[in-house]
Amino acid sequence: MSNASVVNRRDFLKTSAAGGAALMIGFRLTPRTFGDQAKDQEEKTPNPFDAWVRITPDDRVTLVLGKSEMGQGVYTSLPMVLAEELCVDWKKVHVEQAPTNPKIYDLGTGGSGSIAGSWLPLRQAGAAAREMLIAAAAKRWEVGTETCKAKNGFVVHGHPERSFRFGELVVDASNLPIPNLNKVPLKNSDDFTIIGRDMHRLDTAAKSNGSAKFGIDSRVPGMLYAVIERCPVFEGKVASFDASKAKAVPGVRDVFEIKTSGRGASTTGGVAILADNSWAAIQGRKALAVKWEEGAAANESSEELNKQFLDKASTPGKNILRNDGDADAALSASARKLEAVYELPFAAHVCMEPMNCTVHIRPDSAEAWVPSQGPQWAQAVIAEAAKLPPEKVTVHTTLMGGGFGRRYQADFVMEAAQVAKISGKPVMVLWTREDDMQHDFYRPASYHKLQGALDSQGKLAAWKHFQTSTSIAAKWSQKGADDPGMGEFGTGATIPYATPNVRVEYTLAHSSAPRAWWRSVEHSSSGFVMESFVDELAHAAGQEALEFRLKLIGDSRKIPQFGEGRENYHPLDTARLKGVLQLAAEKAGWDKPLRKGQGRGIAGFYSFYSYVAAVAEVSAANSVFKVNRIVCAVDCGRAVNPNGVRAQVESAAIYALTATVKDAITVDRGRVMQANFNDYAMIRMNEAPPIEVYIVPSTEAPTGIGEPTVPVIAPAICNAIFKATGKRLRRLPIRNEDLA
Amino acid sequence: MAISFTLNGTAQSVEVSPDMPLLWVLRDTLNMTGTKFGCGMALCGACTVHINGEATRSCITPISSVAGKKVTTIEGLSADGSHPVQKAWMEEDVPQCGYCQSGQIMSAVALLAKKPNPTDADIDDAMSGNICRCGTYQRIRKAIHRAASMAGKAHSAG
Repeated sequence: MSNASVVNRRDFLKTSAAGGAALMIGFRLTPRTFGDQAKDQEEKTPNPFDAWVRITPDDRVTLVLGKSEMGQGVYTSLPMVLAEELCVDWKKVHVEQAPTNPKIYDLGTGGSGSIAGSWLPLRQAGAAAREMLIAAAAKRWEVGTETCKAKNGFVVHGHPERSFRFGELVVDASNLPIPNLNKVPLKNSDDFTIIGRDMHRLDTAAKSNGSAKFGIDSRVPGMLYAVIERCPVFEGKVASFDASKAKAVPGVRDVFEIKTSGRGASTTGGVAILADNSWAAIQGRKALAVKWEEGAAANESSEELNKQFLDKASTPGKNILRNDGDADAALSASARKLEAVYELPFAAHVCMEPMNCTVHIRPDSAEAWVPSQGPQWAQAVIAEAAKLPPEKVTVHTTLMGGGFGRRYQADFVMEAAQVAKISGKPVMVLWTREDDMQHDFYRPASYHKLQGALDSQGKLAAWKHFQTSTSIAAKWSQKGADDPGMGEFGTGATIPYATPNVRVEYTLAHSSAPRAWWRSVEHSSSGFVMESFVDELAHAAGQEALEFRLKLIGDSRKIPQFGEGRENYHPLDTARLKGVLQLAAEKAGWDKPLRKGQGRGIAGFYSFYSYVAAVAEVSAANSVFKVNRIVCAVDCGRAVNPNGVRAQVESAAIYALTATVKDAITVDRGRVMQANFNDYAMIRMNEAPPIEVYIVPSTEAPTGIGEPTVPVIAPAICNAIFKATGKRLRRLPIRNEDLA
Repeated sequence: MAISFTLNGTAQSVEVSPDMPLLWVLRDTLNMTGTKFGCGMALCGACTVHINGEATRSCITPISSVAGKKVTTIEGLSADGSHPVQKAWMEEDVPQCGYCQSGQIMSAVALLAKKPNPTDADIDDAMSGNICRCGTYQRIRKAIHRAASMAGKAHSAG
């Protein structure tokens, strides 16, 4: 895909098949009303497809699509789905990154949506190719298509069996009309031989011998390396700088300023040090003297933000997002009511591979090697910096050493493009760990006041959730300071616990700290808050935590998701939520007694259309606690690769555990105070508890799995600590001294 | 001044600043990118290589200190990915994003060289300097035990 400035399918066919014949089926992963396939093919531009299956005479099957591999295993699981319908050895399906196409914006990888969104389109495309190959074989044999079938890369017929390799049929098949993808017959799931089986990942060998190429491993002849000195204060600017000492560092080639790119890619500019290698650039930066214009944000601090939170929480929410019945009246009338405040800090993504991007801008074109979850956006910002049409920018999406939402951003891409534009040479802009941690787009800090009322039967009479936070939308939307805050609740506004009176309120708090999507986004706070508070209500009602939840969830029913535009998506299925709670409890031995000083806690949550419950076991004594075991039950519809599902749940649990028990990102004088793993620590081997994962068997279509475990870990742990110690922890991250 | 050392069994000489860390010599001078940059302060283990058989953080190791020594990187562990640790990594499906795994594997290999049958506590000791943000720790633990048992079997068979 080196010549990837592709705008229409004909060009694409020419470049992709490399002069040879191929069977090529274009389709679309991104949601769209499917048009007439034949007409789609005749369309010149915009190209309506964003994914292709290509089968060449050498039997090679290639899946070309815009999904990035950041560890979640899509280069293994997506071929499994295609191969199931196509009837080929799934291990022989190669995945190739689709060329970026400026006419299709929404190519990207995130929202736990790769399998969920690709499931049907991939099956349809695989089935269409299979049917065309069968038709081509039947024609050659002059038999009916119904007498032929596809089997492991061949079309076979009759007794004794005769066969054609797929590769022998691609030329004929490519001359047949592509069937209507919405009507092509799909396999009966009882006949699945690939989907639903534990499969090994395809990329392990490359990731165990050093040959896997991440963005940071991009090497282009003649390239230079750069680091950028950015203002430590949010939105601060360069006032002046003295590069004389930096330029004297051996290997440093040039030092120059790059400007802020404003709201789009959201960079603040800085001073770039261009050198022969990364080390020289880092040394050059140490010798650089910059005076900053720190700006208004220099007064901001975590302390000041906490004051804002308290102030905003002292009056009713500015925006009433949900108001069923009369929660305030029910609270006033109730003899048994409860109020609790929960706090979550800013959190950093901390991908193991620090941000980096390699760009080469020539007079008439540009080429970039980008570890990106959003290559389309990367293309757009490079085009902007290069002053070229996007079509002239080729983006190679590389493997990523972690994404977690951070790599959706285009800030690191824009900076690299700016440096490359000025230097005229291929340049990698490398972020050090300190850069990465201090110039992240953080999970918002938030403050929640929960109020609940219980009636005389111990039923929930009212549920009120006030939140104030530094919202993501306020950072990115044009509305800015008017963000009503719905995005800060997510499925947290869809309450599975039955009650006639619900009130959800939000008030925006101000911060200049950049915010964006962090693994599980708003659900990381919603899950903690709701599943902690319901545990508190159970205790107040004098009921057992699991029983109380199951009783409040009540009858099996489907609750429409709350929120504009969400009502028509997958409703919350209470039976599935109860199912994961019960499965996690059963597997954890919920009723089995623990030793003194130990406790079990449970939490269940619905996000990314999947249901996850966790039981945590902790021991706590003398202000020291330890998480001994985590048991997770997940219902994510049909598990395409159960081994991959378990890996994602294990991963999300450790990610959430770090956020639960390690460090907060804090702000002082408008800057982030943490810089490296010494002050923003990660869970390590000696602290990682065993994690057990149980998958609910399901015939539902697959739903997300990369993120939905995150929301349940913190509440399960805090609920377990409460059981062990009687101490209720409402502020993350939790610290040993909180147990005192 | 040229600095000479043995890299994956082959004589190697580089002309770089003597204080340049081995990590950047490997990655930027020699384009051997299997060894990763993670923190620059020996806090995460992504840059782990072997120097005279000892697991060493290459990000804080000046190239001058490597002169005359034997350096092994992930690329030099085996010609074909057949090292028992690499095989165990495959069988347990350890890597997710994979970025930290070169360092994890080099630490695990060094551990097994010293302790062919490590306990869980030995694994905690030897591996806690290596961060995995994807949280693959329990698979790493299983894979190390598996590699130990594979190596043990190979030894008794041979």
